[in-house]
Amino acid sequence: MNDMRIIERGTLVNDIKISAKGVQVYYADNHAIKDVDVEIEDKTVTAFIGPSGCGKSTFLRCLNRMNDTIDICRVEGHIAIDGQDIYDPQVDPVQLRAKVGMVFQKPNPFPKSIYDNIAYGPRIHGLARNKAELDEIVEKSLRRGAIWDEVKDRLDAPGTSLSGGQQQRLCIARAVATEPEVLLMDEPCSALDPIATSQVEELIDELRQSFSVVIVTHSMQQAARVSQKTAFFHLGNLVEYGETGKIFTNPEDSRTESYITGRIG
Amino acid sequence: MSDASMDSTAPRQSRTLLETDARTRRRNAAEKRFRMYGLAAIGIGLFFLIVLAASILRSGLPAFTQTVLSVDFVLTQEQFDKAEGTLFKTKAYEGYFNAALVSQLQSQGLEAEVDAKAAERILGKTGSTIREFYRANPDQLGQEVRFDLSVSSRVDGYFKGRVTRDGFVESRFLMLADLDLVDALTEGGIIRQQFNWNFVTGADSGVDNPGGAGIGASVVGSFFMMLVVLVLSLPIGVAASIYLEEFAPQNRFTDLIEVNISNLAAVPSIVFGILGLAVFIQFMHLPQSAPLVGGLVLTLMTLPTIIISTRASLKAVPPSIRDAALGLGASKMQSVFHHVLPLAAPGILTGTIIGLAQALGETAPLLLIGMVGFVARGYPETFAAGFTDPNSAMPAQIYTWASRADAGFYEKAWGGIIVLLLFLLTMNIIAIILRRRFERRW
Ligand SMILES: Nc1ncnc2c1ncn2[C@@H]1O[C@H](COP(=O)(O)OP(=O)(O)OP(=O)(O)O)[C@@H](O)[C@H]1O
Ligand SMILES: [Mg+2]
Repeated sequence: MNDMRIIERGTLVNDIKISAKGVQVYYADNHAIKDVDVEIEDKTVTAFIGPSGCGKSTFLRCLNRMNDTIDICRVEGHIAIDGQDIYDPQVDPVQLRAKVGMVFQKPNPFPKSIYDNIAYGPRIHGLARNKAELDEIVEKSLRRGAIWDEVKDRLDAPGTSLSGGQQQRLCIARAVATEPEVLLMDEPCSALDPIATSQVEELIDELRQSFSVVIVTHSMQQAARVSQKTAFFHLGNLVEYGETGKIFTNPEDSRTESYITGRIG
Repeated sequence: MSDASMDSTAPRQSRTLLETDARTRRRNAAEKRFRMYGLAAIGIGLFFLIVLAASILRSGLPAFTQTVLSVDFVLTQEQFDKAEGTLFKTKAYEGYFNAALVSQLQSQGLEAEVDAKAAERILGKTGSTIREFYRANPDQLGQEVRFDLSVSSRVDGYFKGRVTRDGFVESRFLMLADLDLVDALTEGGIIRQQFNWNFVTGADSGVDNPGGAGIGASVVGSFFMMLVVLVLSLPIGVAASIYLEEFAPQNRFTDLIEVNISNLAAVPSIVFGILGLAVFIQFMHLPQSAPLVGGLVLTLMTLPTIIISTRASLKAVPPSIRDAALGLGASKMQSVFHHVLPLAAPGILTGTIIGLAQALGETAPLLLIGMVGFVARGYPETFAAGFTDPNSAMPAQIYTWASRADAGFYEKAWGGIIVLLLFLLTMNIIAIILRRRFERRW
């Protein structure tokens, strides 16, 4: 842990974008998330860290109700975005997901052309009035996903013909193209090389200007580099949540300290 | 063997790659043996396929040729009037016809006796055919008309090797002397074999006239049924599968439905036939023997096949594709119709065509709802009439022919099987082509 300069970066106090209270998640009998309270700020990058299987992805998927698609999954508690309860029966999860974009742990491009991969979201949400506008959105998104230069000559090629890292950046670009207000990223850089990683981190930093970004990562350095807030999960519990700098230099809980210094994990 | 096992326990000394050790040799031998088994299995399969195809072709191809007797015939007005004046009118016409036959033979320099009985045994009752023709077309009187008459099934069999001179048993249907006459007529070019268009386009005939039987009408019947099956079972089957696979919650009720669908696929087809008889004909009073009812019954039979294969191909689409679409804010419908269904399409298509091919070859349920062979008559009226008029289907027609006594129908049954197999082959080729086209190459 020698790259700790970030901590000197001052953080403003932002509005609360997402507020979760007493969230419990069960997969059938498996209690995967235990009573988590967390408040995620707007225009902030929040990192979720923790050992494998501790429930980071599960909690992330609660925030855009992707857990609804898993039959055995049951979510309890209260999660609100901009003060509105997203589990309210009146809320349409489809509308919610247009507002809360997601990049999955495994790259999952559509088996369609690169262009169509990006254009799909804007198309179904009617973000472009004509082809020219759509072209513009596609280019802008691919640029933000740090992949434009690699694919600009073969937008008709299938998205699945790209390498794993390129596919992941394509998925990031695809998520960005729908202009979400919150972007959930589940280990977006696990398949990327250092150059692409730093490009994605730049993108995350840029997105922070307008959105709230939640990123799950296994890399302490990455959490320290990109995030302002960090949440440490362990065995389904939210052990500690606070300023990234504080978590990494002066954690309150001994488990956090053990994890970031590499003793548990 | 013993030193091989010693080898495997002995410590490895030299590890040269240029020599294969005993273990590797054994593995290679096992692999080679397995490949031989595979080749043998394929060889046996191919052998039986060839035997089957050869025997079908050998027995069935004669159905596509027909032995006809052609005579150029002139009937004058006086002859017509005179014949109409006699008591046995058809006898009179027969006399004229036989005379024409003799004179035609003589003009070729061939001498032969044509007695009325022999002519009748070879040609059947020609008198009535001729009388009907001239009563219908009186303007043809005095003109030369060419009559192509198909010979009796035994004489036809003589040409196709079914009836031979050695071991010939004389009967009132055919005498040995008749064969001499037939030979003479053949030499004179009056009797010859030609392609039997009537078999391909015609309808079923009476039990005593195998020569006139054709499969055309029941091909049309099968076609109408397949249309009904396709139009009903594809949308219903695909919609049911999409609902069960993508939308339905996983609970006892859907489990029950799933088990029932699998069971339905295994229900014998005759059960569907009796169900169709009870529900569609006796309860709903739909017309008997109609392709519409046949199609409905076969739809019931095909649905489970289509549902099972469609669900399998929907299941094969990786869930991450659905997640990707939902994560972008697509609705469930959008995710299914934009992403999942196109990926599942080749599988759905293959399943559908296999189901249709099964339905095309199905006989038992059709017999129960009255789509038996002999109703496929009155062609071409049945052809134009369509879904609700009595007709047969190819397999039922074949079954009807196979169960008739006259040996001439035996060959028709085999010929019908060739036609049926040609249709099945065409459907499978279409399936392969469509599959190739729809399959994404990524
Ligand atoms: N679809 C599922 N069905 C059943 N159990 C699940 C499912 N997804 C996750 N779990 C369980 O929930 C717990 C948390 O899993 P989760 O995927 O959230 O871990 P994670 O922190 O993201 O781990 P990783 O860092 O390895 O991605 C695990 O015990 C896992 O077995
Ligand atoms: Mg995870």
